[in-house]
Amino acid sequence: MTSLASGIEAWQDEQRERVGFFTDTSVCIGCKACEVACKEWNLVPQDGQVWTGNSYDNTGELSANTWRHVAFIEQEKPLKVEDGAIGLRWLMESDVCKHCTHAGCLDVCPTGALFRTEFGTVVVQEDVCNGCGYCVPACPFGVIAKREEPKDGRVFKCTLCYDRLRGGHEPACAKACPTQSIQFGPVDELRTRADERLAKLHGDGWNGAQLYLRDPDDGIGGGGAFFLLLDDPEVYGLPPDPVVPTARLGEMWRTMATAAAAVAVGIVGAFLVGSRS
Amino acid sequence: MPSLGTSFGRGGATDFQQDLQNSDCIVVMGSNMAENHPVGFQWVMEARERGAKVIHVDPRFTRTSAMATKWVGIRPGRDIAFLGGIVNYILENGLYFDEYVRAYTNAPVIIDEDYVDAEDADGLFSGWNEDEGKYDTESWQYEGVEMHGAAGNRETKGHQAHGSHGGGIRQGEPPSEDPTLQHPRCVFQLLKKHFRRYTPELVSDACGVSVEDFRFVADALVQASGRERTAAFVYSVGWTQHTVGVQYIRTAAIIQQLLGNMGRPGGGIVALRGHASIQGSTDIPTLFDTLPGYLPIPNVAHHGDFEEFMLANIAPTGWWGKFKSYWVSLMVAYFGPSATADNDWLFAQLPRIDDDNSAYWTLQEMLEGRVQGYILAGENPCVGNANGKAHRQGFAKLDWLVVRDLVEIESASFWYDSPEIETGELVTSEIPTEVFFLPAAAHTEKDGSFTNTQRLLQWHWQATEPKQDARSDLWFYFHLGKRIKALLEDSREQRDELVHFLQWDYPTHSAVLEPSAEAVLAEIGGYETASRRPLAGYKELQDDGSTACGCWIYSGVYADGVNQAARKKPHWEQNTYALEWAWAWPANRRILYNRASADPEGNPWSERKKLTFWNGEKWESLDVPDFDETKAPDYVPPEGATGPDAIAGTHPFIMQADGRSWLYVPQGLVDGPLPTHYEPQESPFDNPLYGRRANPARQQHEGARWDPYNAPGDPRFPYVVTTYRLTEHHTAGGMSRSVPYLAELQPEMFCEVSPELADETGLEHGGWATIYTARAAIEARVLVTRRMRPLVVRGRTTHTVGLPYHWGQRLLTTGDSANDLMHAALDPNVHIMETKAATCGIRPGRRPRGRRLVRFLEELRS
Repeated sequence: MTSLASGIEAWQDEQRERVGFFTDTSVCIGCKACEVACKEWNLVPQDGQVWTGNSYDNTGELSANTWRHVAFIEQEKPLKVEDGAIGLRWLMESDVCKHCTHAGCLDVCPTGALFRTEFGTVVVQEDVCNGCGYCVPACPFGVIAKREEPKDGRVFKCTLCYDRLRGGHEPACAKACPTQSIQFGPVDELRTRADERLAKLHGDGWNGAQLYLRDPDDGIGGGGAFFLLLDDPEVYGLPPDPVVPTARLGEMWRTMATAAAAVAVGIVGAFLVGSRS
Repeated sequence: MPSLGTSFGRGGATDFQQDLQNSDCIVVMGSNMAENHPVGFQWVMEARERGAKVIHVDPRFTRTSAMATKWVGIRPGRDIAFLGGIVNYILENGLYFDEYVRAYTNAPVIIDEDYVDAEDADGLFSGWNEDEGKYDTESWQYEGVEMHGAAGNRETKGHQAHGSHGGGIRQGEPPSEDPTLQHPRCVFQLLKKHFRRYTPELVSDACGVSVEDFRFVADALVQASGRERTAAFVYSVGWTQHTVGVQYIRTAAIIQQLLGNMGRPGGGIVALRGHASIQGSTDIPTLFDTLPGYLPIPNVAHHGDFEEFMLANIAPTGWWGKFKSYWVSLMVAYFGPSATADNDWLFAQLPRIDDDNSAYWTLQEMLEGRVQGYILAGENPCVGNANGKAHRQGFAKLDWLVVRDLVEIESASFWYDSPEIETGELVTSEIPTEVFFLPAAAHTEKDGSFTNTQRLLQWHWQATEPKQDARSDLWFYFHLGKRIKALLEDSREQRDELVHFLQWDYPTHSAVLEPSAEAVLAEIGGYETASRRPLAGYKELQDDGSTACGCWIYSGVYADGVNQAARKKPHWEQNTYALEWAWAWPANRRILYNRASADPEGNPWSERKKLTFWNGEKWESLDVPDFDETKAPDYVPPEGATGPDAIAGTHPFIMQADGRSWLYVPQGLVDGPLPTHYEPQESPFDNPLYGRRANPARQQHEGARWDPYNAPGDPRFPYVVTTYRLTEHHTAGGMSRSVPYLAELQPEMFCEVSPELADETGLEHGGWATIYTARAAIEARVLVTRRMRPLVVRGRTTHTVGLPYHWGQRLLTTGDSANDLMHAALDPNVHIMETKAATCGIRPGRRPRGRRLVRFLEELRS
């Protein structure tokens, strides 16, 4: 398993502070400016015109052609614990690639198309990708995906606006967000900010406020993009306890090696026994 | 904006959006701010983070409601009942800001003894003329004073009334006042009496709002007002688009006066305009009845000669006393040295209006074959206006139609692809209209300014050349003017004189001869004619031809020869008022009437809400003081003082003739001095308060075949329908349905209904619905959502159907047009249509097609 540290350290002098997103859904107004700004900047194609009837979410999910996706969840729950009067709330959450500390897509990529940037983000190089698709099932969130057109199997996802970062600019989505629901910055600083925000919301009695992927000890080693949610991750269509599929790769190899060794021993033993007879 | 104009003196938002962060309570009503003004909404979010209550009162639970600390569902069309209930609650419980009300409002003024309140005449004020369908406002006046409406506002006794500004009093201060507020005919007592029946129980019964929720809102407002705190109102077209819409806003104006929230940080009434430069389009108007700066266009019936016109418009007191200097400077800007005192500044040659002449009046004329040609610029009435079908049929009777837009919109293509072509009601080969589509340049392709919702002029620079034949509006009108001048060069007709005199000499640049937008701005800002020195502000304007100014309220926008609108110093490098970011009219003030942030003696009401105060020598402010900077609080106008000098040092509303805000509006509105609850034109209910069901002064096209109305209580139209916008689209869709990234976000026309209504009518989520009125039947996908709630009104469960109005038959995403359903009965003050509350029927399935649709509608109308 590639550790993040070794990933970034490989940049040596060019290494930069790790940056990411803290998406605070408690102030998301569901305007979708992030979706549009992302597409405008990154020249992402239209993702089809399908009216879903699923609240105001006609995007559906993250995909090769949607790198920011705003989920809309209508709930018969009060916004705050003590505020029983309305019993109606409308959750909005702008989802994005998590830029995992332990990134499954990166681990399995055989060509090096996926790489860890000097900012600690995970980027796929479209001119290197050979379309093998190994990364697609390796992502616990279903983020990375193939484009249907052209049919060469290449995958696409959020780059955290790698080009903008290199030019000293914040990513397009964060720039466009009118309410600072999408906050961009050094991951360490964002984690502190998220902790403070969570404490404030808990203090104010917000219903179900919780951080998601903020913990460096979780199954992906924490997200470079993490979230403040107002309900359980499943409500937003997010896996509750994601684990990078390559987490047990070493263990699996060791087990396999042991088994292989045992088989080898058996075979050799069999020959030895056989030659004696 | 006659509501804010008559109440406070100027027709503009009284506060700026950034200041909402300083508010202790924000009531968003008649507005879906988060969805339609998402960037400005960040300041509401900021206020919420700082602990302010954010209350959204709306028929639907929207993205704004989702962010609010409280949502109150209300039946469309009942806002005056709700707000009037708050007025009553404040008055009956003595919760008003006493010192503020006595000093700064017209509460003590005694009204003419002939005045009869709607409360005493079953919903009619005195002066009603049933035959003409109009009020004579004589009995509404201050006692002993011939009241005098302010500029743009002179003709309430005759045809017109377009008060965008405050009134004037012939003889200075009101002669009869009762400082104790006890006189039965003083405004305070009249107000009390007028709203006495607007009890919490009445509100609950009429609006479908629980008494607890009503009290919550009223208490939140009251608790967030007074010396230490301020509350703000935010509204948009959810208030204006009603047959009694101006009076909706007036009711909020009364609340804000009673609570002392005007002219103070975090207070005021924020009028959110629908798109980029709507404020600008009334300041430098596309309106038929005003010239730049809300100066009235003369009317053939009422204004004979120049002197008479001046007499009618110069207010003896207040800043409208300088009317002549505004007028003369405008004429000099238009006609240069050709306009002189000797020829009355060309008054005789100036065009007049002769009737209503507004958009729907013109439509009616069109349908009757009396309009030859029409120019549409940046407007798509076939989708965006009420009764789209009438527009298409009207356009089909023109000789020519010019459409200037970014893309070929429905209003340009009606002759070959409109719904009426499908039904056979229009036949392409029989339409005589010659349609010219002229592609327009986008804002990124031209220099210019937007005047935003808070009166802020923000400059933008051209980033790229327009493609192909696309041209800026400025280019179009400049070169059109040039060609007209050239065509008429040899004409000796008197009617063409003004065209000869017109100064039309802006410098041009680029290959297409683009006129200089900065040169136009400089002329708007004004200059001294002899030296061409740019003016510092409207106080420099003269009535002798020595100054020219294209719009007096914008005077100073080019002060010192600098494009003040182009200043871009960010707010984090200055204070909250960000006076060096762009330029706001008037005089770069951000909070209007900010003299009211201090008490009569000139001290701040509180340290927490300190803004403008008297330091012993002059007024100091974090903003630009909205007061004569050296006029002391103890200034008392000497006998015979006129103009601004007649305003006392304690009167903050300097545009008003008496320097006060008006709880009661004696002049300037055509449908009553006080707001009164009337039902919408179409409603399933009677008026719970008066025999008069709807606004008696509303404009209807009664008997016109093109605008039939659903009869009150008609069982075929049992539901309330309201229209609105979504974040993902822009108004009539020309700028969003043509953009793939926006089209995919809301790719289909839909209707929003509650699960209860779906059960009652058999609608299925994700299926189709046909929605119908006497005007049209349209289809939409069905979105069943808990965000739509049935309300119990007058003991009956009522349902509301919600319809976004962005769709038409063209561009990347197509669908039926919600506005086809709506009627064109109008508010009489501003001639705006009632698209926020009507009645409809709804049933499952797609609508009939072709001739079957025509028959379906014929049956509905029979």
